Amino acid sequence: MSGANDPYDPKEVAALAPETLQQAVDKAKAEFSAADSLDALAVVKPAHLGDKSPLMVARREIGALPPKARSEAGKRVNETQAAIKAVFDERRAQLEIERDERVLRDETVDVTLPWGRVPRGARHPVSTLSELIADVFVGMGYEVAEGPEVEAEWFNFDALNFLPDHPARTTSDTFYVAPADSGLVLRTHTSPVQIRSLLDRELPVYVVCPGRTFRTDEMDATHLPVFNQVEGLAVDKGITMAHLKGTLDHFARAMFGPESKTRFRPHFFPFTEPSAEVDVWFPEKKGGAGWVEWGGCGMVDPNVLRACGVDADVYSGFAFGMGIDRTLQFRNGIPDMRDMVEGDVRFTTAFGTEAE
Amino acid sequence: MRLPLSWLRAYVDVPETATSEEISVALINLGFEVEEMRSLDAVTGPLVVGRVVEIEELKDFKKPIRYCQVDVGDGEDDDDVQTRGIICGASNFAEGDLIVAALPGAVLPGGFAISARKTYGKTSNGMICSASELGLGDDHSGILVLPSGEASPGDDAAPLLGLDDTVIDLEITPDRGYAMSVRGMARELAIAFETTLVDPAAVNVPGAEGEAHGVHIEDQRGCSRFVARRVTGLDPTSPTPWFIRRRLMLAGIRSISLAVDVTNYVMLETGQPMHAFDTSSVKGNLTVRRALPGEKLTTLDDVERALDPDDIVIADDTGPISLAGVMGGASTEVRPDSTDILLEAAVWDPASIGRAVRRHKLPSEASKRFERSVDPALAPAAAELAAKLLREHGEARIQPGRTDVGRPELPGPVMMEIDLPDRVAGVNYPRGVTARRLSQIGCNVEVTSTDAGRAAVIATPPTWRPDLTRQADLVEEVLRLEGYHTIPSVLPAAPAGRGLTPAQRRRRAVARTLADVGYVEVNPMNFVSPTTWDAFGLAADDVRRQTVKVLNPLEADRDELATTLLPGLLEALARNVSRGIRDVSLFNVAQVVLPRAQQVPVPEVGIDQRPTDAEIATLKAALPAQPVHVAVVLTGNRQRPGWWGKGEPATWADAVQAAHDVAAAAGVQLTVQAGSLLPWHPGRCAELRVGDFPVGHAGELHPKVVEALGLPKRTCAMELDLDLLPIQQHRPAPKVSPYPPVLLDVALVLDASVPVAEVTEALHAGGGDLLEDLQLFDVYSGEQVGEGKRSLAYSLRFRAPDRTLTVDEATAVKESAVAVVAERFGATLR
Repeated sequence: MSGANDPYDPKEVAALAPETLQQAVDKAKAEFSAADSLDALAVVKPAHLGDKSPLMVARREIGALPPKARSEAGKRVNETQAAIKAVFDERRAQLEIERDERVLRDETVDVTLPWGRVPRGARHPVSTLSELIADVFVGMGYEVAEGPEVEAEWFNFDALNFLPDHPARTTSDTFYVAPADSGLVLRTHTSPVQIRSLLDRELPVYVVCPGRTFRTDEMDATHLPVFNQVEGLAVDKGITMAHLKGTLDHFARAMFGPESKTRFRPHFFPFTEPSAEVDVWFPEKKGGAGWVEWGGCGMVDPNVLRACGVDADVYSGFAFGMGIDRTLQFRNGIPDMRDMVEGDVRFTTAFGTEAE
Repeated sequence: MRLPLSWLRAYVDVPETATSEEISVALINLGFEVEEMRSLDAVTGPLVVGRVVEIEELKDFKKPIRYCQVDVGDGEDDDDVQTRGIICGASNFAEGDLIVAALPGAVLPGGFAISARKTYGKTSNGMICSASELGLGDDHSGILVLPSGEASPGDDAAPLLGLDDTVIDLEITPDRGYAMSVRGMARELAIAFETTLVDPAAVNVPGAEGEAHGVHIEDQRGCSRFVARRVTGLDPTSPTPWFIRRRLMLAGIRSISLAVDVTNYVMLETGQPMHAFDTSSVKGNLTVRRALPGEKLTTLDDVERALDPDDIVIADDTGPISLAGVMGGASTEVRPDSTDILLEAAVWDPASIGRAVRRHKLPSEASKRFERSVDPALAPAAAELAAKLLREHGEARIQPGRTDVGRPELPGPVMMEIDLPDRVAGVNYPRGVTARRLSQIGCNVEVTSTDAGRAAVIATPPTWRPDLTRQADLVEEVLRLEGYHTIPSVLPAAPAGRGLTPAQRRRRAVARTLADVGYVEVNPMNFVSPTTWDAFGLAADDVRRQTVKVLNPLEADRDELATTLLPGLLEALARNVSRGIRDVSLFNVAQVVLPRAQQVPVPEVGIDQRPTDAEIATLKAALPAQPVHVAVVLTGNRQRPGWWGKGEPATWADAVQAAHDVAAAAGVQLTVQAGSLLPWHPGRCAELRVGDFPVGHAGELHPKVVEALGLPKRTCAMELDLDLLPIQQHRPAPKVSPYPPVLLDVALVLDASVPVAEVTEALHAGGGDLLEDLQLFDVYSGEQVGEGKRSLAYSLRFRAPDRTLTVDEATAVKESAVAVVAERFGATLR
């Protein structure tokens, strides 16, 4: 590289000689590469890029060159410096990556260490299933009605068309409140809530009534004296048994999947006429899909409507009832119903916080 | 109720091709729950009639064993009798009796294979069978002895036993008395298979001459009809014919004697329960009446029963001789030598029979029918059938007289618009369905029109259907016979609902929150023993001891309904601990039952119309208060120890925190002050308030309570009345200031007895709106602050809503806050 009228003699200024500059680059490259940490790199940096580095010394020599040679030498020095800087930056970037990787590596923990500092809580499956059922009906426009567990016989029996001598009224079926003539029982079903709804609400009435109920069954693997029911009631103009079927089919699908459906078998209940027992098609039934007894239903008996002051010539209604514990029993395969009331945390915790 | 299919087929032409599955489905679709369809053809291999020729009693064994020589027709002809030896453990038979023998190679129901085998020192070459071993019935009290003359040794026993038959076990609903019989079920099958029916009760009832016996019905309500027929000259040794015994056996009824068997047979066939008296034991005329106070009756089962004035009895001159419709009396029982029989076919009041059955705990085949109601037109035919059977099989003479007293009520006509079934079902039934279906069940149907000109039917139900009194009852029959499966599935259009109520949403939020912070929901039963209150240390007049009591508890000592959720929760906690789980945090949201201070009696309210508002109000006021409570109990570690470090034991503070969590979920601010209420520790009991209103308590349980209940030490609990928390709606949004805060700390030294809550309150009072927030970050007591004192260190955050607050301003506010604490509690700056 030489100008036409300015022969350049690099030997006049050895520091600016291309060989020297190349050596500076090579040396810097070697030492930067040898630096095995950012700290070591910082230590060697001044020797190559600092004020006393050969390059800076060379740069100061430029002034001594004849004007014609200056620009060429300056250009060469600049290029050299850029080369060394590039080498430095590259090495620093590499060391930074290595450092970051090492930090992450050093911070590695055994993520399989057990956790559970705060024990997990859970909802009772009967509660969450009740809520799920309520949500299904709320989605259809129903409202959730509730009532007291200690109930007047009038609400629990009389208004539901149980004759005075009906066997369900005996102490072998029903818990009575002392003394014997108290007129109060522990409700044997959530049907009294239907009566309350018809008395307290404006027609039409569409309510779903989940709640705790009581019967004098000795506790064993399949019976509980305290259990939970959900009942539904729709009283409106033009309500038919087809509506009852449609509603229960929808309910069945919500509980047991889109394949599910219901089957009605004629039956007898004091509070409905016609009445039916409901079987549900349960695809996950043990031993293969099949029908499972689910509950009872029917068209509200005219005597019930009359006791509630509903004009049976104008309004009709349907009602149905299912055991929530019973539903849970076959839906989730509960081996022993006593687990429902005994409160063992291992039972409840298995169900988490949502009905599934 | 069990019936052999062959008995039904005797009266109804069910197609031979109908499988038992098809019959079962048909019955189910008609509303008869089929418990079991049991085919009798489970026996294979040689099953023959045998005659017991000789019995050798083997005495060397613990129980009587017989070695029998049995003629099973092995000989060449009648003169060549060859016997085989068979061991038998029963002794209800004699030499000469006909029996059923299963020979080697036979397999009895249950896969029981018969082979020749050595037993009791003999070779037993087959088995002499009981009815239950043959799958014919429950009776395994002895072997099956066939009436003589029914068969000969060596005959194949299968046709005789009718092993090609099927036994149907049905559950009959309480409204269908007529169905408790061959007559009723044959009618149902005839409808299902659209085939012909012969009514077993359609017998010629001849005119009578005079009374069979003097009968006076004193209690018309208890007895609507009493028919009696008398037979004399009965040969008491006459055996019950095999076809009757077989049908009774398959129906699950034991054969007793011809007279008794015949009454049972007629009952099963027609549905009319009957009773047979030994006429010679009856003293004078009969009276039907209620029992008198103090009267007693020894029933057929030889139990002397104290009668209730509500019991209906049949009495003669000596007093009650029969508990009507339930069980006959021992004194007039048909005896093995009775020749003069008075047959009773009566109709009793269903409700009275039901009460008597429950009172005396005496359910019977008869009472099951009377409780459901019996066809009041049936009695003369039933009596005639029974008398004829006794004449035919017992050589009895039917006496010319017949007693028939009473005034049975027959079902009246019901008018109904002809398309009402369509409107109830939501189905367009084919024309004529209503009239046709009602005719099929025996109604007399007249098609007419209403005053408004709409087509209608006037249906007069048959005598056996007293349950059909209203339009709805007729509708059900039409729908039932058309089949519920024909009803389509249609969703009704419910009006737009309002969703869950705020209280319902709140209850869910509370439960969800407690689960999220580590509590496990349990739903214990709410029956409590009064000893719990003693363990709680409650004073005699504590309101929580004022409980509603259960008249008939399952466990005699748990007869109280819980006034607090803690007993159930603590029991569940103890159960978990006993099962090896140490860290237990439980919650329960449920109603408690609190008696009213002033108990209002439950009013008498009718059902013929809507009760008045006042009646409804009184009904509700008569109930105990039943607010929804929420409670938690906890023991062990609230935070577990682990590789991360130490655990945090559950303390009173966690119980208080649970209350705050509940309140936060409910959108309510709780305040806390020192409380004192058992079962809590007097020094570690927080009273929870909303405003000035106490809503519950939280803290550690009293050590004595913990000890009395066997709980882990320092068990903690919280309970509050969820219904007392005000419902929060439309909560106002806060104004969030964007200006920077000034953070200042302050440490105050004051008497240790001053509750922190009050100090905090004072700081807030003095700090005003500019004191945005404060946190107590240290509590110190020790020498440096002096005896009986403690230092409370707070960090305070000040902020102005509209400007940047200066440190000087904030400091001034801090000083005024401190000044209030100093003034109220004598606090000094540390």
